[in-house]
This record gives sequence, structure tokens and C-alpha cells, in this order.
Amino acid sequence: MILLILLILVPLIAGILTFLVKGNGAKGLALAGSLITLGLTVYLSSVATPDPISWSRPWIPLLGTQISLHADGMSAMLCLLTGIILPVVIISNWNKDVESPHAFYGLLLLSQTGLLGVFLAYDALLFYVFWELALIPVYFLCSRWGGEKRVPVTFKFFVYTFVGSLMMLAGIIYLSLNSGVSNPYSWENIVASGRALPPLQQHMMFWLIFIAFAIKMPIFPFHTWQPDTYEQSPTPVTIILSALMVKMGLYAVLRWLMPVLPEGVAYWSNTIIVLSIIGIVYASCIAIVQTDIKRLVAYSSIAHMGLMCAAAFAQTETGTHGLMVQMFNHGINITGMWLIVSMIENRWGTRDMTKLGGMATAAPKMAIALVIISLANIALPLTNGFIGEFMLFNGLFQSASEYHVTFMVIAGLGIIFGAVYTLSMIQKVAYGEVVEPSVKGDLKMNETIGLAVIIVIILVLGVYPKPLLDLTSGMMSLVAR
Amino acid sequence: MINLVYLVPLFPLIGFLINGLGWRKLPKAAGGIIGSIAVLASFAVSLGIFFEVKDGASQTVTLFEFIHSGKLIIPFAFQVDNLSALFLLIITGIGFLIHVYSTSYMHDDEGVVKYFAYLNLFVFSMLLLVLGANYLIMFIGWEGVGLCSYLLIGFWFKKREYTNAAKKAFVMNRIGDLGFLVGMLMVLYNFGTLTYNDFFGMLKGGNVAISSSTYNWIAICFFIGATGKSAQIPLYTWLPDAMAGPTPVSALIHAATMVTAGIYMIARSGVLYNLAPFTLNIISIIGTATALIAASIALKQYDIKKVLAYSTVSQLGFMFIAIGAGAYTTAVFHVMTHAFFKALLFLGSGSVIHAMGGEQDIRKMGGLKKHMRITQLTFLIGCLAISGFPFLSGFFSKDEILASAYANNPIIWACGVLGAMMTAFYMFRVYTLTFEGSFRGTHEQEHHLHESPAAITIPLVILAILSIIGGYVGLPEIMSEHHMLGSFLSKVVTNAESHHLEHGTEWMLMGISTVLALIMMIVGYVTNKKPNFAENKGLAKVLENKWYMDELYDAIVVRPIEAFSRFADRVIERMGIDGIVNGVGKLVKLGSDRIRMIQSGQVGFYIFVMVLGMILLFAIGIFGFIN
Repeated sequence: MILLILLILVPLIAGILTFLVKGNGAKGLALAGSLITLGLTVYLSSVATPDPISWSRPWIPLLGTQISLHADGMSAMLCLLTGIILPVVIISNWNKDVESPHAFYGLLLLSQTGLLGVFLAYDALLFYVFWELALIPVYFLCSRWGGEKRVPVTFKFFVYTFVGSLMMLAGIIYLSLNSGVSNPYSWENIVASGRALPPLQQHMMFWLIFIAFAIKMPIFPFHTWQPDTYEQSPTPVTIILSALMVKMGLYAVLRWLMPVLPEGVAYWSNTIIVLSIIGIVYASCIAIVQTDIKRLVAYSSIAHMGLMCAAAFAQTETGTHGLMVQMFNHGINITGMWLIVSMIENRWGTRDMTKLGGMATAAPKMAIALVIISLANIALPLTNGFIGEFMLFNGLFQSASEYHVTFMVIAGLGIIFGAVYTLSMIQKVAYGEVVEPSVKGDLKMNETIGLAVIIVIILVLGVYPKPLLDLTSGMMSLVAR
Repeated sequence: MINLVYLVPLFPLIGFLINGLGWRKLPKAAGGIIGSIAVLASFAVSLGIFFEVKDGASQTVTLFEFIHSGKLIIPFAFQVDNLSALFLLIITGIGFLIHVYSTSYMHDDEGVVKYFAYLNLFVFSMLLLVLGANYLIMFIGWEGVGLCSYLLIGFWFKKREYTNAAKKAFVMNRIGDLGFLVGMLMVLYNFGTLTYNDFFGMLKGGNVAISSSTYNWIAICFFIGATGKSAQIPLYTWLPDAMAGPTPVSALIHAATMVTAGIYMIARSGVLYNLAPFTLNIISIIGTATALIAASIALKQYDIKKVLAYSTVSQLGFMFIAIGAGAYTTAVFHVMTHAFFKALLFLGSGSVIHAMGGEQDIRKMGGLKKHMRITQLTFLIGCLAISGFPFLSGFFSKDEILASAYANNPIIWACGVLGAMMTAFYMFRVYTLTFEGSFRGTHEQEHHLHESPAAITIPLVILAILSIIGGYVGLPEIMSEHHMLGSFLSKVVTNAESHHLEHGTEWMLMGISTVLALIMMIVGYVTNKKPNFAENKGLAKVLENKWYMDELYDAIVVRPIEAFSRFADRVIERMGIDGIVNGVGKLVKLGSDRIRMIQSGQVGFYIFVMVLGMILLFAIGIFGFIN
């Protein structure tokens, strides 16, 4: 279906055009492009289930690769998330002056191209190309528009994730050499080739491929690039990273790891679950003692990703379905968190919670948004976070591992710690005596729109999650053991 | 009417939305009117439903499919039966009175519209909690009321102390909620459903191959949830702090409704608990200990609301004593009477605090009866009812609890009587210090003293009447053949089997506890008529400081977690993990620096290395050949 290649081309062309426009017109062009993409992703979500759609053309015949795109419920859901987040980010950033806007917004759209490509690619080499394509614009965005310590931090981030990617590339090439057919990189052939490997090789191949995904998610102990990078990046980039790019890791686990190396996954699943659960408790504890809100949200995100990763490796039907729901919801909620954090920084000129206070008096609308989004972040019932989290815990509990109860209970500590750090954050930022902001004023029009989109999604999916569940219901059998 | 049950939570939801969205534009008075009407409308529908249910109707009303994932299907459905119908009446009825009361009490507050929005949201959540037809819907309400409690405790959010109390309440509830969650997952794992009818049907059918330890684990997990919400040991310390919220909130949420959710949950799951006798024993012990410890703390508190708060914890302990004896209907009976008299007492204390200009210390009160007759009389009725004065509501429900405790284990009965004696004493201590004797506050305060307006006194009078007559729905067997409430609930709630008490024994038990309570009421009155507030020493000081429980939790839970978190952040994270990552990076850099040296440009050296390499390759080849 031509739709799939359009999903790649539209943001790509919009991004290139944005580069060429001088001045503030770039912003409008980027918004228009992202809205068209949003329209396409909405349409994709309505046609990609129950039967997946695909599109392919030969690419480099010598290597046997194809431009092969494929969308099922999971791809459509993540494309939709990508489609929603970009315009929200651009709108919320509307009132801020960015240096050389054409490059900034152009790079954002290029990154979106890479992301959509990752979620649609059905050829391993193409997948790898998009994987890097999504990363490179982010690297430039951080290193040019980031905070004070941006250069060393971005360098570390780039090297760290790039090392992972290279290992994955080696893994992909190894699998393709193993198959000996004319299009060895196609998903089917990679799967066939991986499954044909003897168990011992699968056990080793697992790490070669998984490291890249583990760094991207990130799961404990591969996470230390993340808080620094989130802290130093400009907000739109932090959002791209945390709402979308970390999903690449999970998506890749489900698409390019579990079906490919079932023996390897089965062999290591307990190990990964243990690492993920350590990550939940560990990151939550660290979040409790942070004073910088950005770092707090970063660690809270590590905890949430830990739960998702644990549920992914539990390999149960409900857990996998919950994972689909939660990937989407986490993307929405963390975007909301970052938007508020950036507004706080914009108004008060600091992210240090010990120097903040009284938002509920000084900017009540902003405080209400903060509370609602925070509650979704700690999965309060009737917000979108709850259904996903409940299904993830259920999946973990139903897993075939003999330690399933222990896993679930320790992971469940996250809901207690989550309440501790989130409510402390609300208390320090929103309550207490007013600390006068240097830039006064409650939500501006564009900020209201951005937050309203997030909050409406939070509440609608919290009360009526059926659309999201239906979209991804076909995915349960794909990966469940 | 039953099909319209969705209206019951819908009205307060609409009230919440109107007040919540219009909190800055609506005039102050509108908030109270909208909020009160919303709850009144719910009450009207609930009444209609109650009478239909009384005539034998009961039904599950499904609204929509909430979660559908493979075999996991959880509908958003309401269960209308005798138990939920009774709770609907308590929640909306008392809820309405407290809304009316609040219109006057919160009149001068800036955030009054927001206050009513929160209060309506609370009623909505509480209704979801009792109406849900499966545990997940109950859980939605369960966490929802926790949220509203959090928002209302921290309603005056500028004071750090208040927001601390709010946070503490939420977090301690979340600890319980984890227990609830694990319980739900265990039910799903073993039975594949969360719907009451299916689950209890399987339990009653008895053809499930489930070990009794599994039943006990599920029951314990749910009970952990109940200890959080219903403030039992070890999760009770949030409730006294929750008194930071406005007083009507304390009456509605922290006395009459939310804190009884744990009782509701277990009464609802009676079928499960009957299969888990071990858990019932645990509940007996926890309930007894909570009843005694909380009552002992109440003996030495000087804040009028704190006394009532510890009294609530203690009374909830009594309810769990009944549950531990398997007498779930008795516990529900006490939920009802307690809702009447404890709401009355809290609202009465609110009237006093209002008159005292915000003062809550009973050492600075005294002699208020001259100034506020209605408040004094109704408060006295509340005190008599809770202390078990013959033929008032608390007398019947407490007597039933003690009787069930005796049938279960006489030691628990004895502890219960001790708790009841303390109750009588501390209530009459509070009453006497507040209303009798002479005024001990400032001149200014004395000048200000006045009876509260009708919006406050009318709810007091209605609740006082209910506190007097509320017990007649549950006359003991020795007085009447027909226990109205018991037979009404018996369709849904199945009590555990227990020994039957002889009539003579029952008379004797009732006589002993009543006489002792009466004595303690008089002692409480006489010893506090001319009070002397010397500094407390010894045990009294320990009681005044609440057995140092907060300090203990701080030392064994809060501080170790903080210390670990700091250690994790500063040492493990930065020096350990990130240190290794950076170390690897540096090593690579260092290595490349060294390797770069090798490329010196001297061809001789290159050739030497080449030869070395070839020899090495040969060597490996030969080894490989041998192998």
C-alpha cells in the first residue's frame, strides 16, 4: 500500500523543505508537515488491523535488501504515537524563539522519519538504517541546542548507543549470512535463520542483538547515559527521546528479537526480568532524592521502562497486550511531564525543586495540568496509565517463571515509590508559599492546546481504553510464549 | 429503577465537572448548591433502588466493556444488591448532610467551589467502590477515594504540614493498595475472573482444586488493602494526621465512609474469608490490637479532632473484631451506626472549632454549653451513643460485636470490653472538657462564642436522631426475634458458622459491658470537671506521644530508604555504574593512544610484526590441526 512509503516520504520531504525555508516560516511548515503525517498515521491505524498491510520495492539487489515496509497493530500504534507527539511538541514550543529554526525543526522532522521507518521496516538492513537515521538528527539537536554540558554528554550518548547499534548490525549480518536465500534481510528470513540456530548459539546471539535495545530502552545497568542526556537536551528533543526513541528498544525486542531467537530469549528471560525489576526499585529510589525535576522524571521513566521490559520478557498474552497499551500511554504521559517541566523552567528560570513552590497559587491551570499528568504517571485508575500497568502486572504474575509472584511483588514496590517521588514533586513545585516566577502568567494559548491534547488522551483512554486495546489485540499471539 | 443505577454516581460526577471546570467563574454560593443538589439527587435514586432491593430485586448492570484482552474480560459493571444498596444510602445520605453543613462551614473560604468539586468527586469514587460488580471497579473507586482524601487533606496547600499529611495518607494507602493488587492478580491467576458472582459462585461450588493456603494468601492480600484504607495496624498512622483537612471532610471521608471501605470489601468477600479461617484469626488479632492501642492514645490527646480520629481508628478495630469472628453483618451494622454518631461528633467538633475561631485544643475550651446548646446536646448524644449507653444505636451494634467476639474467643471479648471502657472514658473526657466547667480560652474567644447557623445545626439534629434510633434495625436476639439488618444482608453476606450463645450468657455479657461503660462515663465526667493539665509523665507521656509510633516508622522505614536512595544516587550510580561506563570509554581512548604509537613509520618494525604474526598464525594452525 502506497500509504506506508508516504509515511516515510512526507516527514522526509517536509523536513528537507523546512531546512530550505529561512526564518520563522520554518515553524509553520514543520507544523503543517507534522499534521499531514498525523493524518496519515490516524488513517494507518484504521486500516492496519485486523490484517497487516505491506509495501516493498527492491533496494540494493547486490546485498539482497529491499525497501520493505509492513504495518500491523503494533507498528500502527507506535506510528500513531509518533504522529501525535510531533505536532504537540511543535505547538507547545511555538512561543519560544529557537536559534536557526529551520535547522531545528528540519532535524526534528528527519528524526521523525527515522522513527516511522523503524516502526515500519520489514527488512533488517533497512531497519538498521532507520535506527541510525533516527539517532543522528537527535545527536545534532542535542549538541547544538542543548544545555551547558551538552558536548560531553551528547558524545557519551552517541558513542554508547552507537556501540550497541554496531553490535546489532553484526548480529543482523551474521543472521543474513546464515540463511543463504536471495533476500536474506527480510523479516521472515531473519526469523527463519535465527530459529534455525542451535540453542547455544542463540544464547550468545541474544546479547549481541539485545545490548542495542537494552541501551535504547534503557534497562538497568545500561541506563546511565539517559538522565544526563535528558537533562541537557532541549525539551522537544527530550520528548522525542523519552516518548518515542525508548520505544524503539521495546519495539525491536518484540519484532526483531523474540521471534528471531526464541531459545535465546527463553534462556535469558529470567535474567532480563531480574535486571528490569532491579531497575524499577533502583531508579525509583534514586528519583526520590533528586532535586532537579528533569532528573526526577528521567529516573521515573527508567522505572516505568523497567516494568515494561519485565512484562515483555514474561511473554504472556495479557502482559504483551498491556505492553502495547503502555508503550502508547507512557509516550503520552511523559510528553506531558516534559511540557510542564519546560514551562516551569521558562517561568521560574530553574528546575531545582528546592527553589520552587506555590505554582497552585501563581499559575493554577498549570498546576492542575501538572497534577493530572502526574497522576497518570503513577497509574491512578481512570487515567490511561492504569489499564496498561494493571495488564503489565497481570502479565508478570501469569508468567511461566517459578518466581512469578516474587517478580510481581517487587516490581509492585514501584507503585509505592512512584507515589512517594511524584507527590513530593507536586508538593515542592505546586504547594507551599509562592515563589514568584520571573516570567509571570499562567498557560499561554499554545501551551494550553498542547497540554489539552495530552490530558484529553489521558482521560479518554483511562475510561474507555477499548480503541487502543482493539488496535493492538492481534499482537498478543505474535510474541507470547 | 435498578437500571438507572448509573445515575447514582453520575450526578456527583456532573457536579464535580461543573464545579471543577467553573471553579474560578462560579459564584461561591453556587458551588455548595450544585454540590449538594448532585448528592441529593443520588440519594433520591438510591432510596428508590433500596426499596426495590428490599422487595427482593438484585441485578448486575453492565455499562461497557472496560478491558478485553484475550481471555481477560473485565466489564465496567455495577452490582446492585442488598449490601451495595445499604452503602449507597449511607454514602449519599450522610454525604448530603455533610454537603449542606459544608455550605456554611466553608462559606468564607476562597476555594469553596473547588472544595465542593473535590467533595463530589469523592462521593463519585466512593459510589464506584461499593457499586462495582468486580474487584477492578472496586479498585478504581478504592484509589479514587484515596486521591480525593489526598486532595482534601491538603486542601489548604500553603501549609507544608498539611501537604505532608496528605502525602502520608496517599502513600500509606498505596502500600495497602499493593496488597489489594496482588490479591486481585491471585484471584485472576487461580480463577480467571474478578467478577464477584463468578468468583463466589466457584468458591461456593467447591469444585475448584485450590489449596487452603491459596485462599488464605488471597484473603491476607485483600486484608492488607483493608488495613491501609481502614487505618489498622500497621498502616493506621495516616488517619490522625489526616485531620489537617477541613472538619466536614474528616466527618465524611475519615469517619463515615471511606475508612469503612475495608469492612465493605471483606463483607463483600465473606465467602472467601469463610474459607480462610487462619486469616480471620489474624484479622481478630489486628483488630483487637488496633482497638486497644488507638483507644489508649485517645485517652491523652488534647486536640479535639485527634481524639475523634483515634476513636475512629479504635472503632474500626472493633469492626474488624467482628469480622475476625466471621460476623460480617455485625461489622456492617457497626459501620452504619458509627457513620451516624461519628459523623455527628466530627460535625459537632466542627461547630465548636468554628465558634472558637479555629481553636482545636480542648485545654482552652470549657463551659461551651452555655453558648451553644444544640451543639452541646447533639454532641452529648453522640458521646452516649458511641460509649454504649443503653438503647442508643452504638449500644446495639457494639453489644453484637462483643457477643460475636465472645463466641469466637473470650480473651478478645475481654479486650473489647476494655476498649469500650476506654471509649466511654475518653469521650466523656472530651465532652466535659469542651462543654462543662468554665471557659479557659482568651477573652476575645469567649466574646466570639456563638451557636452555629441552621445549615450546621440541622444536620447535627438529624444525625443525633439517627444516632438514637439507628440501632433498632438490629435488635439482639434476646430482645427481638427479628434482626432486620441481619436478615436484609443475609442474601448477600454469608457469616461464618459460630457457636450459638445461650440467652443467659448473652444477658450477662451485655450487663457486664454496659455497667462498666456507664461507670467509665461517670469517671470521665467527674475527673475532668475541674481539670488540671500538669505535664504528663511515664505511661501518660508515652500515650500523649502516640506510643512514638511515627518516630518508630521514621527510624525503621523512612530513614533507611532515604539513606539507601542517597547511597544509590551518589555512590552506586555515579561512581559505580557510570564510573565503569566512563572507565570503558577512557580505556578505549587510552588504548588507541598507545596503539597509535605503534604506527611509527619504521618499515623494519612493520616487517618484524608481520613475521611475528605469521608465526602466531602457523602456531594456531598447527594447534588446530592437532585438535
